[in-house]
Amino acid sequence: MTHLIQLEGVAKRYDSAGAPALGPIDLHVAQGEALAVTGPSGSGKSTLLNLVAGLDKPTEGAVTVAGQRVDRLNEHASARFRRERIGMVFQFFNLLDDLTVADNIQLPAQLTGTPRRKAAARAAELMDVLGIGTHARAYPGRLSGGERQRVAVARALVNRPALLLADEPTGALDTASGRDVRELLVDLHQGGQTIVLVTHDLSLAEACASRTIRLVDGHLAFDSRTEAVR
Amino acid sequence: MRLFGTGALGRVVRSGVGRRRVQTVVIALATMMAVAAAVVAGSLIVASDAPFDRAFAKQRGAHITAQFDPAKASTAQLKATGRLPGVTASAGPYPSTTIRPVDPQGGHLSALTLVGRSHPHADVDDVDLKSGRWAAKPGEVVLSASLAAPTLPLGTVLKASDDQGSPRLKVVGFAVSAGRTADAWATPEQAGALGSKDGPATSQMLYRLDSAGTKKQIAAGRKALTAAVPSGALLGTQSYLDTKRAADRGTAATIPFLVAFGVLGTVMSVIIVSSVTSGAVGTSLRRIGILKAIGCTPRDIVRAYVAQALIPAVVGVALGVVLGNLLAVPLLDDTEQVYGSPSLTVAWWVNLVVPAAALFLVSLAALIPALRAGRLCTVEAIAVGRAPRTGRGQWAHRAVGRLPLPRAVTYGLAGPFAHPVRTAGMLLAVAFGTVAATFALGLTASLNAVGDAADPEERAAVTAIGGPPDGAHGGTRPGGADPRPRSADPAKVRAAIEAQPGTASYYGMTKNDVTVTGVSGPVKATLYQGDSRPGSYEMISGHWLTGAGQVVVPTRFLERTGTRIGDTVRVTLGEDTQTLRIVGEAFDTSDDGLSVHAGLADFAAAEPQVFQIEVDAGVSPEEYARKLAEAVTPLGGNAMTNAPSRQENMILVLDAMAALLTLMLVSVAGLGVLNSVVLDTRERVHDVGVCKALGMSPRQTVSLVLASVAGIGVLGGLIGVPAGFALHRFVLPMMGHAAGTNLPPSVLQVYDAPQLVLLGLAGVVIAMLGATLPAAWAAKARTATALRTE
Repeated sequence: MTHLIQLEGVAKRYDSAGAPALGPIDLHVAQGEALAVTGPSGSGKSTLLNLVAGLDKPTEGAVTVAGQRVDRLNEHASARFRRERIGMVFQFFNLLDDLTVADNIQLPAQLTGTPRRKAAARAAELMDVLGIGTHARAYPGRLSGGERQRVAVARALVNRPALLLADEPTGALDTASGRDVRELLVDLHQGGQTIVLVTHDLSLAEACASRTIRLVDGHLAFDSRTEAVR
Repeated sequence: MRLFGTGALGRVVRSGVGRRRVQTVVIALATMMAVAAAVVAGSLIVASDAPFDRAFAKQRGAHITAQFDPAKASTAQLKATGRLPGVTASAGPYPSTTIRPVDPQGGHLSALTLVGRSHPHADVDDVDLKSGRWAAKPGEVVLSASLAAPTLPLGTVLKASDDQGSPRLKVVGFAVSAGRTADAWATPEQAGALGSKDGPATSQMLYRLDSAGTKKQIAAGRKALTAAVPSGALLGTQSYLDTKRAADRGTAATIPFLVAFGVLGTVMSVIIVSSVTSGAVGTSLRRIGILKAIGCTPRDIVRAYVAQALIPAVVGVALGVVLGNLLAVPLLDDTEQVYGSPSLTVAWWVNLVVPAAALFLVSLAALIPALRAGRLCTVEAIAVGRAPRTGRGQWAHRAVGRLPLPRAVTYGLAGPFAHPVRTAGMLLAVAFGTVAATFALGLTASLNAVGDAADPEERAAVTAIGGPPDGAHGGTRPGGADPRPRSADPAKVRAAIEAQPGTASYYGMTKNDVTVTGVSGPVKATLYQGDSRPGSYEMISGHWLTGAGQVVVPTRFLERTGTRIGDTVRVTLGEDTQTLRIVGEAFDTSDDGLSVHAGLADFAAAEPQVFQIEVDAGVSPEEYARKLAEAVTPLGGNAMTNAPSRQENMILVLDAMAALLTLMLVSVAGLGVLNSVVLDTRERVHDVGVCKALGMSPRQTVSLVLASVAGIGVLGGLIGVPAGFALHRFVLPMMGHAAGTNLPPSVLQVYDAPQLVLLGLAGVVIAMLGATLPAAWAAKARTATALRTE
């Protein structure tokens, strides 16, 4: 089995004298897998996500994503890695209010140097697929929560990333919108997209993920795969 | 003191100051620079405001300086003149004579009036000793500070004259007499001993009168003096009004320049301090809302935010006053030399008025947004701080996004449209900085052109001296020493020049006093032989001499005589009177702007005193001069190379002032940009975090931030360069008029196209310099932290 993500003895300390916020843990995520990371607040879920995305560096251990040692990348290489390999979806969407929906979606493609026309075509394709084509010229502030999160997902997918990271993607949505997003993630997983999903919502984890882990105080308390094996 | 005390609000203020360190530092630095610039400009304006009057009053200068014949009036008789009606104080009699000293290199200084005084202090003309000490024994001399030069340091030993056995005088000090009663001072015994057949010792008396404001009052005083001494005893008098007129003309030229910089500095300070302080308050609305929610009254809020701006401003003002005084000292030293004033210091009231005005401006600038914040209802204040931005600038993002530029750049370019007021402040700061840079560059170039235009005869590679010694003025060398005039037959010198290999061209010239119909007193005339175009003055209008019967005159001559180009004037040299046609207006400020330039051929009796020679390409002027000197020395002449002339002190002072004030204004402009970009970046930190999370590299982040000010820089340059150009065109003629002359194109048209383009880029440079630091901060900001920022 090919592992897209490999965490070997990874630990993260924010305070050198205190207990680690995460780990040390070992974690492998296979290509095409949908991993749900659950756990209470302060358990290290977001820290884990940041380490995988290259937004933060571990205090110890190795983080390898798509064959690349993310923990060894400098700022520039880390940015290039993210735009080429990672798509990110946030709880509060993090769309840029002064750009239109289409411009928001095209932005990561344009940052990689994709020609404007090609980026626009890819954005249009994603908008059609995600059902937000009619909002292409609208600004995010005018959209509903669910629509904004669809825009965020489209933006995350525009560069065809190997890995989609989603941090509480339904946390700020009403029930109906949350359901929409859940179905969208299920569709993506079924299409072969590798997903790491951080959530408090166990029903979301159950619906979208092929595997679930639970973190408590920075340590791996449960892994559905090994539990299943057991 | 409650605001700064240990109360809750005091803690709020202190934490606000400490938390927003960049803004605190920017407010302190911007205020410091603005105050320092204002102190420098203010003190120089004060120093140049009637420096003669102030120096004259301080030294109790002499209204009348009189020279008496000691053979005809006794010391007692002269002392008695000090008790005449209308005379309020007197000093003297002092022995006085004229010397023509020779420096250690054999160069002649110009003729000096030497007065014997046992000490500098007196009831009248209390001379200010600038360096060294007073002459204590024979063989020592104190020179006027206006003669101080690197080539004439303290300790130099001068010969009193060319005569063999002439006494030697060691320079032991430099001093200033505001009323210019003497050029040099020695002990009374030494002054008496220096009297000779050519320059007999006279007795100098100095008088202060109870009424001396007009020429008529001075004339009345002189008449009383004449009547009080035996007939023929009063040899001559000098009125302080003439000295004052000459001194004021020099200072008047600097006023428009200083006012221009003063206005620029003041406007810049207001813009920057206002934008910084209002920005500080404007970005704290959420905090204000929270403070109100926990019980702060609107009045507390206003006081807290005004105090938050005032704390760094007070520090900046204090530092600015110190810095301004430190920077003003060397400039005032130079100004002293230019104006011949005694010690100048920063006026005490400048050190009070400037800080008070700066603090008032800061308070006012902070008060307006603080009042707005104080009036906001609590919920609204919190909402303003948290709500997503309104739709301002979205159209700009749409439009700029179509440009064929990297996305990070286009995203940055559209940024300024989200904050029109802040952008306008930044634009004004950049534009004013560019105005200052453009104006200063033009001013420096113009002043250098003025310096280059002076003494055009010194452009020649080699000068040969011939002609009769009487009245010889030609060939004055830089540094005040001039070659020994000798009696040589000009025709033989000319023949030697023509015979000398390497001669490319030459012309002869002589300087004589002439009379011009309609002008009282003598007028200095320079008469040329041959093609004098290489030594021509810069022309304001008309043309240089091209033939006989022509005369070229300066602006002041035209004004004084009411003539124009094309008119004729009658010029008399000795017995020879010629009617000459004015063919050109020359840029010549020498001799009080009353000189004339004509052909030597028009005056049969005149002969050239010096010859200005250009040598062939590849010929060494030094070698040429050495060989020519060998040929003409036996004839009684001499030859020497022309050293490049030094710029006048006044020009160097103005250049230094322009450079210093520009540097300060540009720094203040850069700080204004820095503050605005810091505010912008802080507000957009979350967006920047999102972009970085999506893969924006540090380099792209820097591009984004720099691009956000690039447009402002370009626009600021486009506004600032024409404005600076116009300011130069407005101020320079005013400076010229104050100095009594129009200005030639070479002084006014100092900008060329590439220079203007480069100056236009100055706006971009100012903007980029201001944005570089926040750009680096944005690039370094941790993405995870930025994403968590609200």
